[in-house]
Amino acid sequence: MTALEHPSGSLAGLIIDDRQAARFKVNRHVFAEEDILALERERIFSRCWLYLGHVSEVPAAGSFVARRVGGRPLILTRDRDGALNALYNTCPHRGALVCRERAGNRRAFQCGYHAWAFDETGRFLGMPGREALPPNAGDGGQFDLVRVERMEEFRGFVFVCFDRGAQPLVDYLAGAAEYLAYVADQGENGMEIVEGTQDYSIAANWKLLQENSVDGYHGQPTHVTYFDYLRSRDGTTTNFGGSGPMGWVKNLGNGHAVSESIGLLPWGRPYARWAPGWGEEAKPEVEELNRRIMARLGPERGNVVANGDRNLIVFPNLVVNDIMATTVRTFYPVRPDYMEVSAWSLAPVGESVPSRDRRMRNFVEFLGPAGFASPDDVEMLELCQRGYANRAAAPWNDISRGMLSNAPKKTDELQMRTFWRRWRQLVTGDSSLELAGP
Amino acid sequence: MTNPLARSEAEDFLFKEAALLDAWRLEEWANLFTADGEYLIPATDAPDGAPGTSLYLVYDDRHRLGERAKRLLKKTAHAEQPRSRTRHMSSNVMVAEAEGAVMPVFCNFVVFRSRMEKTDIYPGHAEYRLVRGSDGLRIRSKKAILDIDVLRPQGKVSIIL
Repeated sequence: MTALEHPSGSLAGLIIDDRQAARFKVNRHVFAEEDILALERERIFSRCWLYLGHVSEVPAAGSFVARRVGGRPLILTRDRDGALNALYNTCPHRGALVCRERAGNRRAFQCGYHAWAFDETGRFLGMPGREALPPNAGDGGQFDLVRVERMEEFRGFVFVCFDRGAQPLVDYLAGAAEYLAYVADQGENGMEIVEGTQDYSIAANWKLLQENSVDGYHGQPTHVTYFDYLRSRDGTTTNFGGSGPMGWVKNLGNGHAVSESIGLLPWGRPYARWAPGWGEEAKPEVEELNRRIMARLGPERGNVVANGDRNLIVFPNLVVNDIMATTVRTFYPVRPDYMEVSAWSLAPVGESVPSRDRRMRNFVEFLGPAGFASPDDVEMLELCQRGYANRAAAPWNDISRGMLSNAPKKTDELQMRTFWRRWRQLVTGDSSLELAGP
Repeated sequence: MTNPLARSEAEDFLFKEAALLDAWRLEEWANLFTADGEYLIPATDAPDGAPGTSLYLVYDDRHRLGERAKRLLKKTAHAEQPRSRTRHMSSNVMVAEAEGAVMPVFCNFVVFRSRMEKTDIYPGHAEYRLVRGSDGLRIRSKKAILDIDVLRPQGKVSIIL
């Protein structure tokens, strides 16, 4: 069955957004079917701005990283003039990857197949036996590496878009720009990606990870063992129940959303909120870092940056968790039921050795494929995916929590509805569908 | 060169550790560590990075590795409920020259893990720093370095390697 032949009648019918009845449902078809993934590749991953990397990963002339973005192998380089270049990693001759390393520093890329060579901006440098081709064969850059249609940076975060006509990145980011700026503001001298990538996979649809990343409702049941651990170590307790003052969620426009609170959560923030688990010896430094942020940014913004916790989703596939550490995470669906995930740790440039150490310990305590929490998230996502084999009999996911509320909480589901309303708009191509809503 | 640790004794110790893990006697496993013990797994793309300056998969001090063991034994540790069946293989054991009281031991490992109709393989090599206590060998540190590019298709390391 294709989506268009679905009993609900249309692609738009795969989502029920009934504001009168406070009912929001997503048909499980969207997690399981190839036809949906094909539409997502065309209408989402080929048109939206996608996270490529961070400026700190290419610090010097000749620095490069090579990674897949939206399923496409790309190279991000910094050239000898200091500019960034986003190139398709494929030889114009026969198509082989011209870069096989994940990262490094070089002024030229040479294809291993027939030895065509290119500089760090993608410009053709030479080939063996050039005389066998007409003199004008390379005109118009035909021998150059193809540049990605669009590349823009916001506060160190580098994005690409495969749609030449896309709106500027900052407009696309809408309200998410403010939240990326809070993250970037932690470091007085900027931020950097720490060495080491958590490259893993989840046997579930990619959209489930975006939902999970801002889902406060699952915190207590899924992560009870993590909170037990914090309680046993620090004596802290966390109330994830509907009544706790656990912060709020916001629609940031264009499908982006944030789940946020200031100063409420039981873990420490390296920049900068002390927690008992770090010991009294860490307290003076963390408090001093907090004071410096307040002095630099003012008490209001400083409080948000230093004491706030935020889980930000940038449509379609970027998550920035700025919580007990700061993670930048992106993912891509290889199949409807399988995604590849890459996650990095973002940290202030010039962070002290003890603070960086607290950060790295904190990060993996909760986060990542061997943390005390993320593996349980993965398990839940994979169980959902398995359950969708029953989608003919049990077709609907319910995402209605908080639709009647004027002040949606983290344990509500406005943040997911925000994602889904944008998803529906792009997949159907119907821009009249509302992005705002309860 | 004399060494206070014979390879056969190191092997016996590693085999005992593997048997504890495969039997899910995880608290006994945690008790193999010294009070300042550490359990480490580097990122797959930065196997030589140091734990405080490079993003790891596991960066456990003694308290956290004990809590890891306790957590995994709970029914609410969802990723291991039902529990994986595992088989830890340790081989190519080499005992290096002692550094004071610390006896470095290197080995290769493969861990097989099966759960929910899927079997994953974790190949790698491990660096142990062992010390001799009053009641036998203890682990000062264990670093398990995965010899894989990316954690796919395994996806996670919810078991102890």
